[in-house]
Amino acid sequence: MSKKTLIPIGPYHPLQEEPELFKLYCDGEIVRDIKWETGYNHRGIEKLSESKTYDQVFFLVERICGICSTSHPFAFANAVEEIIGVEVTDRAKYIRSIIGELERIHSHLLWVGLAGHFLGYNTVFMWAWKYREPVLDLFEMITGNRNSYAMFRLGGVRRDIDESKIPEIQNILDGLKTKTDLLAGAVMDDPVIHARTKGVGILTKQDILDYAAVGPTARASGVAIDVRKDDPYAAYPLVNWKVITAEAGDVFAKAEVRLLEMYESVSIIEQCLKGLQKSEGQDIALKIKEIPEGMGMGRAEAPRGEVFHCVFSDGSNSPARHKIRAPSYVNIATFRKSCVGQTIADATISLAAVDPCYCCTERMAVAYDANSGKRLMNARELIELSVRKTSEIKNKLI
Amino acid sequence: MSREEIINRFRKKFEPEILDVTEKSPKRMIFTVRPEAILAIADYLYNSGGFRFIIATALHTRKGFEIHYHFSRDEIGLILNIHVVIDMDDPKIESLSNLFNASNWIEREMHELYGINFVNHPNQEKLISEGNWAEGVYPYRKEFK
Repeated sequence: MSKKTLIPIGPYHPLQEEPELFKLYCDGEIVRDIKWETGYNHRGIEKLSESKTYDQVFFLVERICGICSTSHPFAFANAVEEIIGVEVTDRAKYIRSIIGELERIHSHLLWVGLAGHFLGYNTVFMWAWKYREPVLDLFEMITGNRNSYAMFRLGGVRRDIDESKIPEIQNILDGLKTKTDLLAGAVMDDPVIHARTKGVGILTKQDILDYAAVGPTARASGVAIDVRKDDPYAAYPLVNWKVITAEAGDVFAKAEVRLLEMYESVSIIEQCLKGLQKSEGQDIALKIKEIPEGMGMGRAEAPRGEVFHCVFSDGSNSPARHKIRAPSYVNIATFRKSCVGQTIADATISLAAVDPCYCCTERMAVAYDANSGKRLMNARELIELSVRKTSEIKNKLI
Repeated sequence: MSREEIINRFRKKFEPEILDVTEKSPKRMIFTVRPEAILAIADYLYNSGGFRFIIATALHTRKGFEIHYHFSRDEIGLILNIHVVIDMDDPKIESLSNLFNASNWIEREMHELYGINFVNHPNQEKLISEGNWAEGVYPYRKEFK
């Protein structure tokens, strides 16, 4: 029997927003099995939600994730508004969609940058994060916050977008388009990035259905699911756009889907801005007096995929039960398919392909030999392994 | 296939198992079924019906433990809820994890938080609180203080 080496990635901190531990069981360079441990950051939000009023829950669910902090209030609003049976005004719909799409752009840029960083391409990282900055400025201008925007409330939104701000928003969007062209060109046409990401971490259509994966992860494998199209909400049925898919299912396809989606998001925002001009004078929030007994299911397409909220109301002013399913919950499980059989150097980018957010990398991983318990390599060395593979390919190509 | 056809076919196939039907809106249907039939129903929805498993929601109410299995038919934006009520004294139900991997984690989570047993689950270990929570204490039950 061959010896297997255990390489733990985590608990502080692999690729997700929360600390979690991946145990890679390796035979030489090849990952043979992967196990997952979580719960380091379990905050009991579902239970906590039962003790908050509906207005407070918006702020609570916004704090589930810092990157896609508007997707959860979006899905929660959809769920509770379904219980009440109310439809918000067109103006509120447009504002909601603008925030949702801006968030998609900044999240995808963040991912592209981090993916570049882990391949040893710090130029891509710095470009992407530089281009992300104006999007955050835009958030500050519209909502008052660079993150955790607190824009959503029951029956609408908290702040209006003033007519005078529209030219400046348009200006930033125009700049974003040219920068996305640059970035897409740099990423899509680079032979080294092709060599590192094509054929790596492949998920087949059947894997996607089996694990019920969602978002860009599913769309990169040719499964065209997008809640914005399938179960339209907010302003998405009022504007023209298309669902981006790719067939290959590898890391490159996931990058391609995300990059092309940014163009769609810019186009959606531009159409919503026109919609704002048409819906001038409408209320931005309806007055909700009471929430009847019942059950509501709300969905929203976060940058990473479908967010699902199921809310049970008993007629009081707080939810009786509130179930939340974030997209990473189903997407992370696909690691078993995407990483097994790959080399350790490719595992980092395969894990990153589903969801970005590397932080606390210094304490990310320490590798021990499973039998002797001897320390083999630390996080920095693991990343160096990935960077070295890229430079070897570079040297071969040049 | 239209929405009506999909729903009628499902109703016809599982007529004896369905205890109650609620149509909240054209895109939201709730079928309360006998818990014994859950595996056959999930098998049909996933393998023949073209449905995707979203997640399951467990509740602790006066009736006992309730589970809503949410299935989505994406082309028509339909969410089909399969609702079961499980006896509180011996909470157990057949696991769906051998049909599709998507239910693996949520069943482990429901087992951990509510103490519901999922029969034939491949690996019913704790998902969230491994190693730092007492055995037999279920934090999402109503009696938990």
